[in-house]
Amino acid sequence: MDAVLTVLIAVLGGAIRVSTPFLFVSLGECITEKSGRINLGLEGTMVFGAMFGYAVSYHTGSPWLGVLAAGLSGVVFGAVHGLLCSLPRVNDTAVGISLIVLGLGLAFFFGKAYVQPTAPRLPSIDLGSWAELPALRAALQVNALFVVGAVLALALHWAFANTRWGLQLRTVGDSADAARALGLPVARTRIQATALGGFFGGVAGAYLSLYYPGSWNEALSSGQGVMAVALVIFARWRPLGCFKAALIFGGAGSIGPALQSVGVQAGYHLWNAAPYVLTLAIMLASTSKARASIGAPGELSMTR
Amino acid sequence: MASSPAALPGARRPVALSPAVLRWLVPIGSIVAGLLAFGIFVLAIGRNPIEVYATIVEGGFSSAFSWNNTLLRAAPLILTGLAVAIPAQAGLVMIGGEGALAIGALAASAVAVPLLPWLGAGALVAGAAAGMAGGAAWFALAGWFRANRGLNETISSLLLSYIAIAVFNHVVEGPLRDPASLNKPSTFPLPESAMLGAIPGLDVHWGLAIGIVACVLAQLALSRSTQGFALRVAGGNPRAALLVGLPVGGLIVAACALGGAAAGLAGAIETIAVHGTANASVLAGYGTTGILVAFMARQQPLAIVPVAILMGGISAAGSLLQRRLDLPDATTMVLQGLLFVAILAGDAFLPKERR
Repeated sequence: MDAVLTVLIAVLGGAIRVSTPFLFVSLGECITEKSGRINLGLEGTMVFGAMFGYAVSYHTGSPWLGVLAAGLSGVVFGAVHGLLCSLPRVNDTAVGISLIVLGLGLAFFFGKAYVQPTAPRLPSIDLGSWAELPALRAALQVNALFVVGAVLALALHWAFANTRWGLQLRTVGDSADAARALGLPVARTRIQATALGGFFGGVAGAYLSLYYPGSWNEALSSGQGVMAVALVIFARWRPLGCFKAALIFGGAGSIGPALQSVGVQAGYHLWNAAPYVLTLAIMLASTSKARASIGAPGELSMTR
Repeated sequence: MASSPAALPGARRPVALSPAVLRWLVPIGSIVAGLLAFGIFVLAIGRNPIEVYATIVEGGFSSAFSWNNTLLRAAPLILTGLAVAIPAQAGLVMIGGEGALAIGALAASAVAVPLLPWLGAGALVAGAAAGMAGGAAWFALAGWFRANRGLNETISSLLLSYIAIAVFNHVVEGPLRDPASLNKPSTFPLPESAMLGAIPGLDVHWGLAIGIVACVLAQLALSRSTQGFALRVAGGNPRAALLVGLPVGGLIVAACALGGAAAGLAGAIETIAVHGTANASVLAGYGTTGILVAFMARQQPLAIVPVAILMGGISAAGSLLQRRLDLPDATTMVLQGLLFVAILAGDAFLPKERR
């Protein structure tokens, strides 16, 4: 019984810790996809952001400056993606893959000097001081970015429905022809949405290097950036869905380590596959030949 | 900047070159642009681009030693490139090649090693066949999801790839682990003498020749056979394909299975010709670089061979860049990324009727 409780608490703590980068990167992807484009390149954006944020934190001594710098580097990657895809006949999925290669290459190139040094890390907020169990208290050590991400998900949910920006974004994403007829700047809206999405991707990377796991190395990412695309499908292009998806995904990914912590070694690697199996199963269960992806923006190349 | 005033008006006018010329000129121009961009990058970090390029040529394409190194890397890339290019004919973007490669390596090792005492060299054929079957089944799943559930193949192939790698790690460290492999969990090895040998006159295993033959066959099948034509129709215009009664779903699954077989074969050959065993060294990223190779080859099977050799040579030069110029390993990745971006941006200058 104790072991079960330990595992459950560890999964909860893991879900909160692991989900934050998924949350940011999937919110970023969500904004981009709402405008009608896919950015697979957020993986490269995220890893570069992780390196850049770490380097800035190391040199300035301020991890929050690192987060900001990582976000701004993400804006650059997003803008490059947005601009390239605004050229005629240039495929957004392919450009995303190429920017993964370039982003990882640049991150590893400049990041080599930062594998050794230790940069100041982001502090955590103690939400579990009321708890008696030390394990629960540890699980509720929450990073401020998790809270920021949750608030952002709510804010985006509201903004998509209620602001001029949100309406313009969704119109461009659902029908470029309708948007043009209304006189909306289609290409500019998409470039801006991809750049903003890149900012979120960069912040996700900074969380990885500055909080959890909390160091910079080349094996830092386990594909969160590409998984964002799956999470957004899973979330049906809704920001609050992204929050839920990120938590489920983070929790599923924490089962293996949690079991290991109570001495269950069997199938450790198979448990690592749990988030991917779960995502695949949920996506399969929610699609059918007749209605492939409910809620998808009409202009999205990958669901047409 | 100095030459741009003369070039700009010409670029803005509708291009007068014939489509056939453009189809050759644009990729070559893109590669030149990518090389220039990397040159600027090298300048920006305060190094000499000519020196860096000379080192890459020396490390990848000069001596017999460097050519062997290049071709050893090109061999799996040809097959993983094909794994992306065949489904691409049906309009699919598969990015899970690394997973199919992992399954192929695992299947090949699991089949070839126990059969060796009975079949001798035939065990290698059986291992390669098992690898192809495993990879084919893995990709076919993604194709089936796409055809029957409308699930995007890019994402499902990626999810399947992560699952495949988890299965690979589980089996290599669990059921099939050779207890003698202490620091690096591996499956039971093939004895060196039983491994797939080198092509006479080269230091490179037969996998290179197999990959080239596979590309020639794929090109012939795509351009000359009815099924190849049907596949391209299904990729170009699925609605029209359905209207003329083509089995679009079946074509999608078949194209994925063929692509998966190529990636599985790449993993099998890495196992039976290079490492002798399935372990973490097999998962060196060939599946992922294959995506780059296929896109740079514009999804044309025959073009995959030279592109794979180019990419193999660039990554082979990495260690020389590190030793001689003290540049990080990732330098070659920056070059590959810039070339990839330039090639894709080049699509904007292609004639309209073909992407």
